[in-house]
Amino acid sequence: MKEILSPWERWKEERESQIRNFKLILYTLSRSPLSVIGFFCVSVFLIIALIGPMIITYPGDIKGTIHMDQKLRPPSSNHPFGTDEVGRDIYSRVIMGTRLSFQIGLIIIFIAMGIGVPLGIIAGYIGGWLNEIIMRVTDIFLSIPGLLLALAIVGALGPGIKNAMLALSIVWWPGYVRLVQGKTLSLREESYVEAAKSIGASKLRVIFSHVLPNCTSPIIVKASMDMGMAILFAANLGFIGVGAQPPIPEWGAMISTGRNYLPDHWWMATFPGMAILITVLGFNLLGDGLRDVLDPQSRI
Amino acid sequence: MALPLLELKNLKKYFPLRKRFIGGHKGNVRAVDGISFFIRGGDSFGLVGESGSGKTTVARAILRLVEPTEGEVLWDGRDICKFLDSEMEEMRRNMQMIFQDPHSSFNPRKTVFKSIAEPLVIHEGMRGRGLRERVEELLEIVGLKREHMFRYPHELSGGQKQRVGIARALSLHPKLLILDEPTSALDVSVQAQMLHFLELLQKRMGLTYLFISHNLAVIRYTCDRVGVMYLGKIIEMGKTEGIFSFPRHPYTKALVSAVPVPQAEQPEKMVYLEGDIPSATHIPSGCRFHTRCLEKIGAICEEIEPSTHYFLDGNQVDCHLYQ
Amino acid sequence: MEPILEIQELRIEFETFEGTSQVLDGIHLTLGRRDTLGLVGETGCGKSITAKAILRLLPIPPARIVSGEILFEGEDLLKKSEEEMKEIRGRRIAMVFQDPMTFLNPVFTIEEQLVDVILAHGRGDDSSLQGGRLNRKRAVEKAIELLGEVKIPQPELRIKSYPHEFSGGMRQRVLIAMALSRSPQILIADEPTTALDVTIQAQILWLINDLVQRHGHSVLLISHDLGVVARVCRRIAVMYAGSIVENCSTVQLFKRPLHPYTRGLLNSILTFSKRESEAQGIKGVIPDLIQPPSGCRFHPRCFEMMEICKKEKPSMIEIEEGHWVSCHLY
Repeated sequence: MKEILSPWERWKEERESQIRNFKLILYTLSRSPLSVIGFFCVSVFLIIALIGPMIITYPGDIKGTIHMDQKLRPPSSNHPFGTDEVGRDIYSRVIMGTRLSFQIGLIIIFIAMGIGVPLGIIAGYIGGWLNEIIMRVTDIFLSIPGLLLALAIVGALGPGIKNAMLALSIVWWPGYVRLVQGKTLSLREESYVEAAKSIGASKLRVIFSHVLPNCTSPIIVKASMDMGMAILFAANLGFIGVGAQPPIPEWGAMISTGRNYLPDHWWMATFPGMAILITVLGFNLLGDGLRDVLDPQSRI
Repeated sequence: MALPLLELKNLKKYFPLRKRFIGGHKGNVRAVDGISFFIRGGDSFGLVGESGSGKTTVARAILRLVEPTEGEVLWDGRDICKFLDSEMEEMRRNMQMIFQDPHSSFNPRKTVFKSIAEPLVIHEGMRGRGLRERVEELLEIVGLKREHMFRYPHELSGGQKQRVGIARALSLHPKLLILDEPTSALDVSVQAQMLHFLELLQKRMGLTYLFISHNLAVIRYTCDRVGVMYLGKIIEMGKTEGIFSFPRHPYTKALVSAVPVPQAEQPEKMVYLEGDIPSATHIPSGCRFHTRCLEKIGAICEEIEPSTHYFLDGNQVDCHLYQ
Repeated sequence: MEPILEIQELRIEFETFEGTSQVLDGIHLTLGRRDTLGLVGETGCGKSITAKAILRLLPIPPARIVSGEILFEGEDLLKKSEEEMKEIRGRRIAMVFQDPMTFLNPVFTIEEQLVDVILAHGRGDDSSLQGGRLNRKRAVEKAIELLGEVKIPQPELRIKSYPHEFSGGMRQRVLIAMALSRSPQILIADEPTTALDVTIQAQILWLINDLVQRHGHSVLLISHDLGVVARVCRRIAVMYAGSIVENCSTVQLFKRPLHPYTRGLLNSILTFSKRESEAQGIKGVIPDLIQPPSGCRFHPRCFEMMEICKKEKPSMIEIEEGHWVSCHLY
């Protein structure tokens, strides 16, 4: 009476519920127009980041090439976003800047999560003096305004995009500790954690199998919002001059140079600025929408 | 006479209070304050009580999910409170608990399959085809269908979740099942089915049950013997029929009369207790029920804790009225 | 005598991911003056939705009131504006909910919350206080009086406490006091004792009975527990999957239950009396209301099902005086 299923059928059976859940998330997201806008903006951003090199018109202009004869041209069919003060095509630079921003944001978030999440879980689950130590150190970091702290670190290490990313990661990890510690504290009291203990699960198993998977919702929400903010902060540092250094086509650095040419040559600062606006807004809206969907889980 | 399967002797569990509160002195929450009872193999024993009675804490203490402060928990005569972690791991196979709220006793991220399989994975290292077959077997025992196997908890009804809990508990062939409010979260029409099922299961698998509930009807329906708990102590214990038909302790009387009876004529003699259940941090002196007792004798009830009086019918009561 | 509340053919739908759920399928309900009616049913039968619909507390999308009327003193509540409903809520129809902790604000004392309620509705038209506007001092006095009515000991002291300093039973009394502060004509209680211990539940039910006798409110008590309803209500309406299947007096329900669901329910209850007979369940499961069964919604589970039950929904017929049932058997 036991049927033998093919591996494919077995896989389908196992994933049936997950697929259904996923569809439910998409459906709920689509109900909110703002979330849809956010989703759209982020998708465009991601696509451009991926296919960037294929759609730029002047690949040389990304780094070194200068065309002094083309400098400061307003937007035209050749140069949809115009050219900058050394004749580089701003459109190509903004597109590549997308890929760069994506990499920057991703690295910052991943390092921050990599440090913050484990610390948060350990602090929340084990408690006691370990919790105190971790949380107080976290508090110290959180009490310093992010940008200032990043500036201080970059100031000490020297300007440059790598140092900027390092600095921002250090600014970001405490947020994750706090989030995850709080969630772990509440999850610790859940009935199913007690049930797991009663069937003999070890501490490690409880943490990895029960606590961590249930933390993912708030982490995902925070990460989406953080992507936007991390990109913004990186642009801030670039704008001040301690982040990406020219000729790297980072949006903040581009605005910084473009500032000097306002208002006559408005296109130099405006297009990178709009790129930042749309990207950060998109991530924020998406993050908001995800929060409504994932956390708390609502069903009618 | 054979040893009882499970015996508690003077079990106590105190939770320390921290310093910051009224009175300025440290105290304890005396959740379980000296409980003794035994269960024979194959029997069903019930613990009945309202909030603050400590019944759930007793269950946790038996499983050593919390560490008893004092007293003994004897399994086949051996005190498991003294077991080392490794011995305790083995013990876990013998006793399992079915938790109170089926809606929250499963990891929402794990499918039914994973939840049931977990004990098997931990204790027997089962995997792959063998594991799958065993889980399917268990599902069949509890009357669930194969299509439920890969669903998530929120996709199941309360009754179905309760059955998954039972399947999980049965996976390691335990001898004792502790059922904490097994039907409270279920609809009326499903409750009776669940209890029938539990009864059949008990006969089929030779299980011993410890039922914990505030619902006297459920206990009366399923348990041969019952202990009535109030603020951490068993104040009356014995055969279910005797205790509920002719309650002796004033609290038991009040409890029995308070149960809303679904019939047209409501009982004339209702015992209404005054006031609220005292907090377990400030347990009344003497007999702990005296603050609400309608049959209080006098100063003796306020000052001296009554000792246990045993009756010829095998029941016992802790009350000055019977000393 | 005209009933104080009358629900006619109320149909309500809910938009969900999986489809449109027909939660209420044209229900009829009447509540007489100074009468106590119990609305009984299991999870998902629609009893809470009915209560919320009366006070127009349903979130309008995703809920949708398809048709029907809710007549309060002859006026249709569904046609009233939000402003008018605000006048009615709390003043003329009051509601007590299941979990008292979530309905009391933890950062304010009981005094502040009670006075808030009293003053919010007081516009000098309360005949029990001589003329003029209510001032705070008199509101506090009235609040203490109310706490005494709900039998909270030493009300003048306890009024200064915060909600978390009260036990569950006490909090529920406070909520009842709040509900009754404006002498409403109707009190709706939605599972008021479900979260309470048995002995406390007995106290609260006694209190409700006492207040009703003394002040003459009409009461709609919603519960899944027939025992609770039997203790307070003179009449009972049984709901199943969005329809009222039987509506009769308490005595009639227990002496002569007509609808198969009612009989099944009575059979399933683990009566606290001696275990003479086996309690049966009702086979099957509560139906999915997105695709409800055709005809009579109970037919898939009914042991007396006939062909017509699958096709036509039965209408409410009066079998004996005051005893209505919706079933093709009759």
